[in-house]
Amino acid sequence: MSSLQFDIAHLLAGSLVLASFMMLYQDRLYALLNVYALHAGVLALSVAWQAYVQQAPHLYITALIALAFKAIIIPVALHRIIKRLGIHREIENVIGVGLTMMAGIGLVALSMVVMLRVTPGADALAREDLAFALSVVLLGLLIMVTRRNAVSQVVGFMSLENGLVLAATGAKGMPLVVEISVAFSVLIAFIVIGIFLFRIRERFDSVDVQALDRFRGERR
Amino acid sequence: MIAVALWSVAALLALAPAGVVLSTRPRGSIILYGGCLIATSTLCVTALSALLYSPQLAPSAILPIGLPWLGAHFRLDALSAFFLVVVNLGGVAASLFAIGYGQHEDSPGRVLPFYPAYLAAMNVVVLANDAFSFLVAWEFMSLTSWAMVVSHHRDAENVRAGYVYLLMASFGTLALLLAFGLLASNAGYDFDAIRASHPSAALTGTVVILVLLGAGSKAGLVPLHAWLPLAHPAAPSHVSGLMSGVMTKVAVYGFVRIVFDLVPEPVWWWSMVVLLVGGPTATLGVLYALMQRDIKRVLAYSTIENIGIIFTGLGLALAFKAEGLDWVAALAFTAAMMHVFNHALFKSLLFFGAGAVLGATGERDMEKLGGLIHRMPKTAFVMLVGCVAISALPPFNGFVSEWLIFQAILLSPQLPSWGLKLVIPAVGGLLALAAAFAAACFVKLFGISFLGRPRSDVAASAHETDRFSLTAMFALAAFCLIAGILPGLFIDALAPVSKDMVGNIMPHQVGLQWLTIVPIAESRSSYNGLLVFLFVALCGTAAASAIHRLASDRLRRAPAWDCGYPDANPAIQYSASSFSQPIRRVFGSVVFGAREIGEMPPPSSPLPARLQVELHDRIWDWLYAPIARAIGFATERINILQFLSIRRYLTLVFVALVVLLLVVAL
Repeated sequence: MSSLQFDIAHLLAGSLVLASFMMLYQDRLYALLNVYALHAGVLALSVAWQAYVQQAPHLYITALIALAFKAIIIPVALHRIIKRLGIHREIENVIGVGLTMMAGIGLVALSMVVMLRVTPGADALAREDLAFALSVVLLGLLIMVTRRNAVSQVVGFMSLENGLVLAATGAKGMPLVVEISVAFSVLIAFIVIGIFLFRIRERFDSVDVQALDRFRGERR
Repeated sequence: MIAVALWSVAALLALAPAGVVLSTRPRGSIILYGGCLIATSTLCVTALSALLYSPQLAPSAILPIGLPWLGAHFRLDALSAFFLVVVNLGGVAASLFAIGYGQHEDSPGRVLPFYPAYLAAMNVVVLANDAFSFLVAWEFMSLTSWAMVVSHHRDAENVRAGYVYLLMASFGTLALLLAFGLLASNAGYDFDAIRASHPSAALTGTVVILVLLGAGSKAGLVPLHAWLPLAHPAAPSHVSGLMSGVMTKVAVYGFVRIVFDLVPEPVWWWSMVVLLVGGPTATLGVLYALMQRDIKRVLAYSTIENIGIIFTGLGLALAFKAEGLDWVAALAFTAAMMHVFNHALFKSLLFFGAGAVLGATGERDMEKLGGLIHRMPKTAFVMLVGCVAISALPPFNGFVSEWLIFQAILLSPQLPSWGLKLVIPAVGGLLALAAAFAAACFVKLFGISFLGRPRSDVAASAHETDRFSLTAMFALAAFCLIAGILPGLFIDALAPVSKDMVGNIMPHQVGLQWLTIVPIAESRSSYNGLLVFLFVALCGTAAASAIHRLASDRLRRAPAWDCGYPDANPAIQYSASSFSQPIRRVFGSVVFGAREIGEMPPPSSPLPARLQVELHDRIWDWLYAPIARAIGFATERINILQFLSIRRYLTLVFVALVVLLLVVAL
């Protein structure tokens, strides 16, 4: 692999992490969704670049799936859901942005250390790729943890899944079947969560998960 | 030969799902128990012929089930054959008994499917020749018996019994699993490979302790016995008989198989541990038995006593084998195996008798029975035989095996190690004490339940049980007598087992004059069951006829005032509690923490006087209750985790992940 190819792969994976950081401090739902669409788009680019580098044509299909489902269909659907729920003006802040960003930086550092330590034998691209992927997964989890709104938790979950796909394409030879099934499972999770959103909303007049806690008689 | 055995086991397994269907049919239980009867008879005959005619052959088979790289190994050597005979003799008797008894079952669907599966599991444990099949069958045996323990689940006590049983069974299996894990660490799971390996001394020592915990908890060794007196009485009576008479023997088999066969030459301290557990088990078991009022519970505690006797015999065999006196080891081992056989016979018999009483009166409480010898004469007769046999009185079988164990104890001065020299006589003293208490216990059981006058209406209106049950009980009683007067046959049949396990055999017995048995040499001691039997029979007949002739017919004058009790109420009879009171007074405060609270109303008050007795199970209070409290405390603390919000769960997962990654990174 030439150094240019490596650099571009590196750049794309790095932008994915950057997009994750952008999601971390978006406190408006529409903005969050837009960044998520960007995130998925970067993922699609990255996967396509891997397909080109590895000369694995089936990865183009993966990239296409990522682009179609994650960058277009799901953000658009979530937009509609937010509009129907009427929560597009909600602002949510659990922990301050500064603190969250600091935590995110720590997580990225952690995943770098872990991955570089446990994969000394693998080739450089896969190592970097895995380290970035783990960062994206951890940041996705962080998004889920720091948000109160169910919609943004769904978005956090989706970005986490993007990290998984990045890891899978970085490792050579992932069969297409796995990718397709993962895509479908995400879609189904999305549908289920979407239905639940409406059910929660119907019952509590809010998709703030704190309502659920209050319903169970918990104190905050 | 092993093919026949395995096919019979398969037939039993096939009967289990059939039980679901048959439980809805009116005569389904007869068909099912009949099927079990045929299968267990086949197994019994197969095993017997293997034991008697080709004990050295040890045929084996490998079936392609279980772990894919291992398969299921089975082997029928002399030890397996002997235990198969015990298991299936019990199975035959229980199935025959259940053909009659099982018809009164309220909810047959809760018993019928599990009964054949339970029998099959016990057979597989004994046949298994690799650790995986052994453990799977062991666990299957525990679970199926558990299902039958909670078959009458409306009774809160049974549910509790089932819970405690399940916990202890899991504990026992865990200990066995660890033991096999250690053994398999350098050999694999196949018993043949384990036999051929040479584990280190520390490893085998740990294995022996773990097996003592695992098999001992199933067999009911003190202090792991807590579940046994709860669970055994809770099951239907024929299953109680199997659990007490047979399943505890399967546990003994597990111990013998691992400690005598799979691990190499024993070390003397193993026997010390076994003896120090076995002797107190015998005494404590029977002391608890004496304090009970519930017939089935008395029998369950008495099982603990007999297990103590068996383990004492096994401990002696280990001691003598470790010190190189293998001819005495053969004596002790054969005695223990004979007691295994004998206890299976009379404990099944007694549980069946208790079942017959339960069926006839609906009562298990001795204080509500009485006078049953007039209403159930046949049951009373076989119960008497069982009581005499289990009290180790000649000419029945219980005497022979206990006598042989004492013969081995008397040889302990020949041991070189001082520790054993001191401990074995002490254990012998405990066994002698246990034997005396057992006699007292069964005098109480028989006397209070069957003699005297009925203490309740149900006891007064009892009726004799059905033919099948009686046939089963009479057959077992006959076996008790045969094993008592022809012990030589049994000792010789056990020779190949003892040869395999301790490397030597007892002197050949058949062919000695007058069917005498001579454990060591004629000059030391001998016993002739036949002569004792004839003597007892003659004396008994002569005494009975003399009393009948000389006393019964004579004219009698009844006293006019009868000591102030002209109209004797059944309640003023000697009761079960009053019978055991002297022993409770002697041992009560130490062993049971017993307290008697007397409440005497002032003179001229019409209130009744009351005497309350409080008994505590010290082992429960000091060992089990603190553990239960600690677990309860911990779970209550952890219980908070059950009611967190989604985000907190996510945070927990996230934090756990980060912490793990940190561990990897640093």
